[in-house]
Amino acid sequence: MEFSRRNVLVLGAGTAAAVSLTGLPAFASVTDDMIAEFTGGADVGSGALSLTAPEIAENGNTVPIEISAPGAVAVTVFADGNPVPAVATFNFGPLNASRSASTRIRLAKSQNVIAVAKMEDGSFQRADVPVKVTIGGCGG
Amino acid sequence: MAKGVKPRVKVPKSAAAGETITIKTLISHKMESGQRKDADGNQIPRSIINRFTADFNGENVIDVTLEPAISTNPYFQFDAVVPEAGEFKFTWYDDDGSVYETSKSISVS
Amino acid sequence: MKRALLTTACILAATAASAGEDSTLSIEGEDYITQTAAPEHMEYVDTIYSGWTFRTDETQALQMDDFDNPAFVFLDQAIDQWDTVEGSEGKSCSSCHEDVADFAGLKTSLPRVENGELVTLTNLVNECVTERMGSKEWKYSGAKMSGMTALIAHQSRGMTMNVKIDGDAAPFWEQGKELYYQRVGQLDMACSNCHEDNYGNMIRADHLSQGQINGFPLYRLKNAKINTTHGRFKGCMSNIRAVPFKEGGPEFKALELYIASRGQGLSVETPAVRN
Repeated sequence: MEFSRRNVLVLGAGTAAAVSLTGLPAFASVTDDMIAEFTGGADVGSGALSLTAPEIAENGNTVPIEISAPGAVAVTVFADGNPVPAVATFNFGPLNASRSASTRIRLAKSQNVIAVAKMEDGSFQRADVPVKVTIGGCGG
Repeated sequence: MAKGVKPRVKVPKSAAAGETITIKTLISHKMESGQRKDADGNQIPRSIINRFTADFNGENVIDVTLEPAISTNPYFQFDAVVPEAGEFKFTWYDDDGSVYETSKSISVS
Repeated sequence: MKRALLTTACILAATAASAGEDSTLSIEGEDYITQTAAPEHMEYVDTIYSGWTFRTDETQALQMDDFDNPAFVFLDQAIDQWDTVEGSEGKSCSSCHEDVADFAGLKTSLPRVENGELVTLTNLVNECVTERMGSKEWKYSGAKMSGMTALIAHQSRGMTMNVKIDGDAAPFWEQGKELYYQRVGQLDMACSNCHEDNYGNMIRADHLSQGQINGFPLYRLKNAKINTTHGRFKGCMSNIRAVPFKEGGPEFKALELYIASRGQGLSVETPAVRN
């Protein structure tokens, strides 16, 4: 899908309006709410879930990411700067031994990609990776 | 059914019993996010693949919920243990109700 | 990734270096020529580089595995099209051409002069579509044509570009060269300003390449589809705020010949993956 400059501007304007109304970074709180919903408010640890994403993405349309969390039953991924922060939820079946997967995602601008894993023992793990999204040289 | 949807999967033809193999899948789909507007300023309705599953001999390997932030032509790579010879079944679910399926068999040496 | 960042920093400091100039493009076990000595006719450039060398590690990786390369979805569709009957003669491509693999080598020599006219791969396909299949001409950079030309050009992957520039091709080549160095548009820029004087430098956040076309038709991340040379030329011209020439018109055909000749000796990479 192609985001034209006009569409990006529209998204940007929406962001500015939301921020000025609440005085808070609107998308971050949406993401926090969604994470809280996934974890049920439980404590979230780190270390057992790895999230790989490029430091700089050449194009926000196709950003490769990989999640790996041995012992996880599900991993959900968010992009806190996207108009809709939810990205995907991976539910692992018994035959996926490594509990890992790769995909390609869209990022509307530079932001954090956040993965939260639900482990077999009911605990939660989290990993954040900031990704810078570049804009093209001549209008895209 | 969305136009020109074509699944591709890459599964090794054979494996040792209990071996972990890598599977790659890709399906051609626009993944219209619902965030865009057309030239007249009208919202283009969301139209995406919202779920992808992979099963082996009826047992689940991975079950993914996709949101509009998944790129055009959704791609997934993941591992699977192959306990015995059998068949992988891959299924993609479209917002418009279409279901795309493909399967690959694997032998065990 | 840290290494790539350092490299980027170096480029910003020292001009005209290229990020991945030491990396090797290998696809399905075969190595490709992504840099070589510039052809003799190029006065201001010593070494030519495939656009692949200017991309980030992640984008480069997409082209190094035919499954990971999203372009192959469109090649699959073109394979179906190959066997699809259309037009008044009841023919498909495969009615006359048994195997698309027979077109190995064709892309390396195109555009070329036939009966005094410069023809591109797209022209050749459309000649079949209209004259032998009795169908309506396919749109120059439409989905059907870009997929089909990508499939045919793909048969030459790994072979080196070698277009004819002398003899009857010379006047077209000269016209293309003139266009390459001609400043146009509101920004008053020529192809050469970016792709000869500044390749390896950053234009905002984008890493400028030499504008080689050995990988075309190719998949761009920007629009997630197959892009043609003329479509790309059009994009460049719009970016410098010029009125683009017509796709399939004499100017772009001549420019395609000239730019193809600036890539003599590079491997055909179709379908490449670019930003």
